[in-house]
Amino acid sequence: MLRPFALYRPATVAEAAEVVTRDGPEAALYAGGTELLLVLKAGLLRVRSLVDLKRIPGLDAIARDDGHVSIGATATHRAVERAPAVLAGCPLVAGVARHVANIRVRATGTVGGNLAFADPHSDLATLFLAFDAAVRLESPRGGRELPLAEFVLGPYETARGDDEILVAVRLRPWPAGAAGAYVKFGVHERPTLGVAAALMPDAGGQAIADARLAVGCVGPRPQRLAAAEARLRGWSVADVARHADEIAALAARDVDPADDLHGSAEYKREMTRVFVRRILPIAAARAAGRDTHERHPHTVIV
Amino acid sequence: MNVIPIRSSSEIRFTLNGRAVAVDVRPEALLLDVLRDRLQLKGAKRSCDMQVCGACTVLVDGAPVSACTFLAVEVEGRDVLTVEGLGTADDLHPLQAAFMDHAAVQCGFCTAGMLMTATALLAEEPAPTAERVVESLRGNLCRCTGYRKIVEAILACARPAR
Repeated sequence: MLRPFALYRPATVAEAAEVVTRDGPEAALYAGGTELLLVLKAGLLRVRSLVDLKRIPGLDAIARDDGHVSIGATATHRAVERAPAVLAGCPLVAGVARHVANIRVRATGTVGGNLAFADPHSDLATLFLAFDAAVRLESPRGGRELPLAEFVLGPYETARGDDEILVAVRLRPWPAGAAGAYVKFGVHERPTLGVAAALMPDAGGQAIADARLAVGCVGPRPQRLAAAEARLRGWSVADVARHADEIAALAARDVDPADDLHGSAEYKREMTRVFVRRILPIAAARAAGRDTHERHPHTVIV
Repeated sequence: MNVIPIRSSSEIRFTLNGRAVAVDVRPEALLLDVLRDRLQLKGAKRSCDMQVCGACTVLVDGAPVSACTFLAVEVEGRDVLTVEGLGTADDLHPLQAAFMDHAAVQCGFCTAGMLMTATALLAEEPAPTAERVVESLRGNLCRCTGYRKIVEAILACARPAR
């Protein structure tokens, strides 16, 4: 059962912003409801107004935008999975979209809703960090773009103001020749750990010019592991698997895990080590044009 | 303020199992409650109530949704299919017949949801692999743990891969 609310169906972002500006925290933005309706049902959140963003034309657009891939806030996971712009620019993102939660959540859940809800046990924010994601926010005061790393502040907490609406996320596709993977682990509905890795070889294809390593679900918010990324630079792709232990140790050192129902902080630190050690050889094999075809219990490898 | 909200009961019209229906619903009404309590369709079940178990799965415009976490007002003008619309006792849907043939039903509580998810899968992928069937059932829990029979029944309805 849900407590009564007034349902607004604005036709523009400006109209939606008008309602949330007036009602502040008593209004909730509704972009799919897969998370929001749960907390409303549980009584964890009470709102006077529900503002349906799904009917705003164009807010679900997915397109190539000045070299980036732009995903509109109300694009569903199913739409991301099939979008030509995603498949061409960030195919790993399309692959992960296919494994978010379950088929029902993918049909109604949206990218904007997922990021704005900031459930720490979620795939997208972790994955998107590996694509240098930035979110676009709009309000009656104007618009701003914020790196995703600065948008997600903690569990269920973002930098979004009460009068702001997340309208899109922009991803920067990896350069040609780059390869990566996303690996998630868990026995619950939501992942216990997610890790994204990318290796970006130089023009010769041998030395790693740049790398991305992001881990999420284990702590209050997903994080990039800068020291581990820096250590990868300059190595040859062939050397990555051999040095995976060293990178995994750096990742385990720098990760900021927290105790929760998925496990202790100590356990998650160790799992971070294990899964960083696993994902690097996968990314390296792909950078060399191969695949490891490995499988692990309770693990999804994309 | 230009946007007029829906605050009280309003009529929604939609197609339910192939027939046009109209029902008055409040904005906060959940589809599962409308189906079970107002329209007396008891096939979709309330179980986890949090989009994890799949017992309440129905199809909206062909896509599986959790009726327990779906506002009824959203189905206005759309096509809703529940297990009652799949087949009848005299004229079973092929998936229903296959579930019986393969003894893919134990307590039966998850069965309606399993059937609806399988219907959506086969509509989209007529010849799925066993791995794809298992993947698509990730959100449908059978606490009798009869998954193997369920997967076999669904595969029996799959078109042979070419």
